[in-house]
Amino acid sequence: MRPNRALEIGTGLFVLLGFAALLFLTTQLPGSGARLGGPQGYVVTARFDNIGDLKPGSPVTLAGVRIGRVAGIDFDPTDFKAVVTLEIEDRYSQIPDDSDASIQTAGLLGGKYVGIGPGGSETYLHAGSTIEFTQSAIVLESLVNKFFANFASGRDSKEAPQDAQGETP
Amino acid sequence: MNRAVARDGMVTGMLRRIGAVGVFFGALLAQCVPALARPRLIVHQIYNAGARSLIIVMMCGVFVGMVLGLQGFDLLQRFGSEDALGVAAALSLLKELGPVVTALLFAGRAGTSLTSEIGLMRATDQLTAMQMMAVDPMQRIIAPRFLGGVIAMPLLVAIFNVVGLFGAQLVGVQLMSVDPGAFWSQMQGAVELNDVQEGFIKSLVFGTACSLVAVYEGYHSEPTAAGVGLATTRTVVTSSVLTLLLDYILTAAFL
Repeated sequence: MRPNRALEIGTGLFVLLGFAALLFLTTQLPGSGARLGGPQGYVVTARFDNIGDLKPGSPVTLAGVRIGRVAGIDFDPTDFKAVVTLEIEDRYSQIPDDSDASIQTAGLLGGKYVGIGPGGSETYLHAGSTIEFTQSAIVLESLVNKFFANFASGRDSKEAPQDAQGETP
Repeated sequence: MNRAVARDGMVTGMLRRIGAVGVFFGALLAQCVPALARPRLIVHQIYNAGARSLIIVMMCGVFVGMVLGLQGFDLLQRFGSEDALGVAAALSLLKELGPVVTALLFAGRAGTSLTSEIGLMRATDQLTAMQMMAVDPMQRIIAPRFLGGVIAMPLLVAIFNVVGLFGAQLVGVQLMSVDPGAFWSQMQGAVELNDVQEGFIKSLVFGTACSLVAVYEGYHSEPTAAGVGLATTRTVVTSSVLTLLLDYILTAAFL
């Protein structure tokens, strides 16, 4: 019975370890999973016209320093804006409440993050406050489209007078 | 039985072997339910197949993770996106390296011991003796070992993945100074529950395949010293090839 007991304890430990690992993989890795621990912070919201491919868990930075993360992304059906919940760590509590939030891209291929540009107000952001000034994500495709549209219309306007002259006589 | 296979041509021999494994698998599955009535036997086999493979699986996991960290960093650095190291390491571990490397280790560590143990029982007529005592060796010997392997495998893979992530984090964040926040948050942003699930299903399938091959080869080994040795070799070869083959099929199915 004695060796059997040790064996069963060993097996129990192994199974427990395995399930702990499985639990870690299923809850901690996917961004949607519940988060254990981590720094607690206060939550502010910001409304954007377009958030690009910002995801929950993306970093929130101020002057390039990570100060929090995107806690959630919602959609307001009344004015068709994206409502982004930002969780900012408690130690960064002195952010002016007229700061602006913009969605930026890390590098050419990197993920999106929210950059906070500090304002000059004497009062600070607190839990539940809203960032009023926001700048949407720059969507590369629409930028390229706009560029080509301008390019094409510029060429058309140059060619148009020539055509008109050629056809009128 | 194996002697009869050897007399066949190569193609028919292979077909016969596949058929024999299939029939054996059916008989084994039928015996798995009554085998559950003796959980102690299964616990014993989980210990043999799982707990005793833990050290080697964890060691290999750390090293695989560390290599991933180095190689991933070197590659991603060229595109200026080292921050994606967490994503690269997590996805390759979860979906491919975890299940496959663990299955190969499992075949070498647990599969061989299963085959030689059962093969030796066959060679020393223990299985026949059990049958004479009206104890079904399939139910008493084979099914618990098979179930133990099937249960142990996904747990081993999960442990391998966690340890591997730790290794990748060790090299990426501590050694190569990738930002730890970016490492984890990008990983959490990109990994979805589906990826974890894919790895889990793969590990279940590999566990079933490797355990089945191991017990089949042991049960049908020739009752000689050379026969047991040959069966052990065949276990490793067949399990490895089968793992990689199934991996391709499963990956194609999931994409």
